[in-house]
Amino acid sequence: MERTVTYENDLNLKATELRLGLPGTDDSDKQTPSGVRSNKRTLSETTEECRSKSNSGTSDARNDDTETAPAAKAQVVGWPPIRSYRKNSFQPKKTEAEAAGIYVKVSMDGAPYLRKIDLKSYKGYPELLKALENMFKFTIGQYSEREGYNGSDYAPTYEDKDGDWMLVGDVPWEMFISSCKRLRIMKGSEARGLGSYV
Amino acid sequence: MDSKRRKDSPEEEKKRQVLPFPDEILECVLGFVKSHKDRSSVSLVCKDWYTAERWSRTHVFIGNCYSVSPEILVRRFPNIRSVTLKGKPRFSDFNLVPPNWGADIHAWLVVFASAYPFLEELRLKRMTVTDESLEFLAKSFPNFKALSLVSCDGFSTDGFKVIATHCKNLTELDISENGIDDAGGSWLSCFPDNFTSLEVLNFASLNSKVNFDALERLVVRCKSLKVLKVNKNVTLEQLQRLLVQSPQLTELGTGSFSQELTLEQYSDLENAFSNCKTLHTLSGLSEATSLNLHLICPACTNLTFLNLSDAALQGAELAKLLPNCPLIRRLWVMDTVEDKGLEAVGFSCPLLEELRVYPAEPFELDAILGGVTELGFVAVSRGCPKLHYVLYFCRRMTNAAVATVVKNCPDFTHFRLCIMNPWEPDYLTKEPVDEAFGAVVKTCPKLQRLAVSGLLTDLTFEYIGKYAKNLETLSVAFAGSSDRGMQYVLGGCPKLRKLEIRDCPFGNAALLTGLERYESMRSLWMSACHVTMNGCRQLAREMPRLNVEVIKEDGSDENHADKVYVYRSVAGPRRDAPPFVLTL
Repeated sequence: MERTVTYENDLNLKATELRLGLPGTDDSDKQTPSGVRSNKRTLSETTEECRSKSNSGTSDARNDDTETAPAAKAQVVGWPPIRSYRKNSFQPKKTEAEAAGIYVKVSMDGAPYLRKIDLKSYKGYPELLKALENMFKFTIGQYSEREGYNGSDYAPTYEDKDGDWMLVGDVPWEMFISSCKRLRIMKGSEARGLGSYV
Repeated sequence: MDSKRRKDSPEEEKKRQVLPFPDEILECVLGFVKSHKDRSSVSLVCKDWYTAERWSRTHVFIGNCYSVSPEILVRRFPNIRSVTLKGKPRFSDFNLVPPNWGADIHAWLVVFASAYPFLEELRLKRMTVTDESLEFLAKSFPNFKALSLVSCDGFSTDGFKVIATHCKNLTELDISENGIDDAGGSWLSCFPDNFTSLEVLNFASLNSKVNFDALERLVVRCKSLKVLKVNKNVTLEQLQRLLVQSPQLTELGTGSFSQELTLEQYSDLENAFSNCKTLHTLSGLSEATSLNLHLICPACTNLTFLNLSDAALQGAELAKLLPNCPLIRRLWVMDTVEDKGLEAVGFSCPLLEELRVYPAEPFELDAILGGVTELGFVAVSRGCPKLHYVLYFCRRMTNAAVATVVKNCPDFTHFRLCIMNPWEPDYLTKEPVDEAFGAVVKTCPKLQRLAVSGLLTDLTFEYIGKYAKNLETLSVAFAGSSDRGMQYVLGGCPKLRKLEIRDCPFGNAALLTGLERYESMRSLWMSACHVTMNGCRQLAREMPRLNVEVIKEDGSDENHADKVYVYRSVAGPRRDAPPFVLTL
C-alpha cells in the first residue's frame, strides 16, 4: 500500500516546510518521545513570552515555532475547542470564603440574656426563622406582606443601618443581611402593633 | 407503482404465486424501519427492496451536504417529509473555517419547494441560512412544522418574524448555539393570536430581550408546549409566571437565576417548581446564586438530564444539590465545581451515564489553580459504573488515572479528553500520555468516538489502530511524532468514518496511505499539518470520486496545504466554492 511519494523532488520543499522542530533538525521519522519533549519548553518558562503574543493566529504561531525553540503557544486559534458562545457566558463568581461572618445580637423580650448568630450561615429567611425558633423555643407565625406574622405572639424585627426597627422578611435576603445591625424578637401587644399599624 | 418482473421459468413463476409477497406488505413493514443505517441496508438487498425503500422513506439524514446534490436526493426519494442536513466541517465551530465557506441551505430549499411541497421538518447543523432563505421556507411549505438550527449562521432574528407569521402549523422552533445577528426580540410577537400548536420553543442562545408579554401569551395559549428554553433576559420573576401556565413541561431552560427575591417571590417560585412534576431536563440557571439554586429542588425528583454548564457552581453547591436528583443520567457542569464537586457526583449519581465538564476559563494560559484534575475524574468513575460518555476539560492528567477510570467504567462509547495545554505530559511522571489512551482503547471495546490530547507520540496511534475496532470518529490535535501515527490509524480502525486532525506532524505519506480508506469514510480534515499541495493533487488524481479541497490562507506558503478537507461525494466537485477553497 506504500506509494512512492515524489514531493521531495519538488522545489526543495523541505527547506520551506513548516514543522514542529528547531530549524536544522532532521525529519521527524526517527524522533523519539524524549526528543519530542526536549524540543518544547515548559509552560512556565514561556509564559512571559506568550503573554506578549496573545491572540496570534495559526500562521503566526507556526512562525514562532521555526524562529525560536518551539514554545507552548499563546492563544492558538480554535484551541481549546470551546464554542464561542460559551466564552461569553462565564461570569466569575464570588467564592464562598470571601467575607467573614456577620454576627449580630439577638434579643428576645423576656429572655434573661441575649444570643449572637452569624447571618451568613443561613441561606435565607426560612432557615433563619427556624434557627431563631429553635434557639428561643417559640413559634413564629405565617409571614405575609399584608399582615406581617400572623398566628403567634411573636414577631422577628431588626434594627437597620438607619436605626429604624423593621419587620424581618420584607426585603430581599441579601439586602437584609447587609443592613441588619441587630435582631429583636418582639412579644405581645408591641409585636401585634408593628404588623397592623395604619 | 409496479414491481419489476424478471423472466422466470414456469416453476419459479409458480413458486412466486404460492408465496406472494406484495409490495404493499413490504412497504408496510418498511414503515417500521426508522434508522437510516437500517434503511440503507434494506435498499441494498435487491432492486425490489431498493424501490420499496425509496418510496416509503419519509426522513432523510445527510451527514455532509456536499456528498450529494439536492437533485439526486429528490430523484431517489419522492416522499420525504423530514430532512436533516449537516454542513461545515466540525472544526468550523472553533473558527478554523473562514466565513463564507459554503453550506448554504438555499439551493436545497429551492429544489425542495417543487419536489417536497409537503415538507414538515428541517434540521440543520453548521449550515448557512439567510433571512431570505427563512422567508422562502416559511412561504413555500404550508405544512411546515419543525425547524431546528444548531450551530448555524447567516440569519438574524428578523428571519423568525416570517416563520412566526406564516407557519401556521409550527410545532417546533429550536435555535441553539448559533452565531447570529440578534436584531431584537420582537419576533415573538409575530405569532398570530390563534396560533396554538407550539410544542418546542428554544431561544436560549439569543442575546436580546424578548417581548415578555408576547411570550407569556404564547405560553398560555400553547397548551401542548413541552419544551421551553428561554434566554438570559427572562428574569426569575417572569419565569414564575411562565411556569405557572405550563406545569406540563418536560424540558425547561431557565433564564437568569441571579435575581434578588423577596420572601414572597421566593415562596411563589418554590411552589411553581413543585408543580412541574413531569420535568426531566433542566438547563440555563445562569449566574445562579446559592440561595436561588435551591428553588429547583422540588422539580429535581424525576430529572434525568441536568445542564449546569451555564451556572458557575462551586463544589459545595453542587454537593448540596445532587442528592435531590437521584435519577440523573446526564450531567453537564462547569469546572468551577472542582474535584470536590466531582466527588459529590460520584457519591450521589449512581445512574450517571454521561458527564461533561466545561472550562470556566479556557483561554487563561496561566491557570494552575481551579478547574478539575485527574482526581475528580477518578472519583466520578468510582461512583458511576454506568458512565459511557465523557467530555472532560482539564489542565492536568495522569496515565494511571485514566487507566483507573476505564477499569471502573469499561463501557465507554464516547471518550473526549481535552488536556488544555498542548503537549502536556503526565503530570506526575512527565511521560507522554500514550498509555492513558492505550488503556482506553484496550479496555473499552464499544468505543465509537475518541478525542485525544496531551503529549502523545506515535505509540498512541499504534494502540488506536490495533484496538479501537469500533471507532467511528477520531479527533486529534497537537499529537504524534511522524507519519506513522496517522498511518497506524488508517491501517487499523475498520469502522472509521470521520477523522479530524490539526497541528500534527503528518505529511503526504500519511495522507496517501489512506487512499483506499477515504471512500468508505464521511470525511477527513487536516489543518496545520505537513501536507503539501502536490500531495493533495496526487490524492485527487488517484481517487476521482473524492473531493479534495484545500483552504488557502492569505500569506501562507504556496506549496503548503494549510487546511485540507477530503470527502466522498456523488455530486462531483462543488459548484459554489468560494475563491479560497481550491478543489483539486
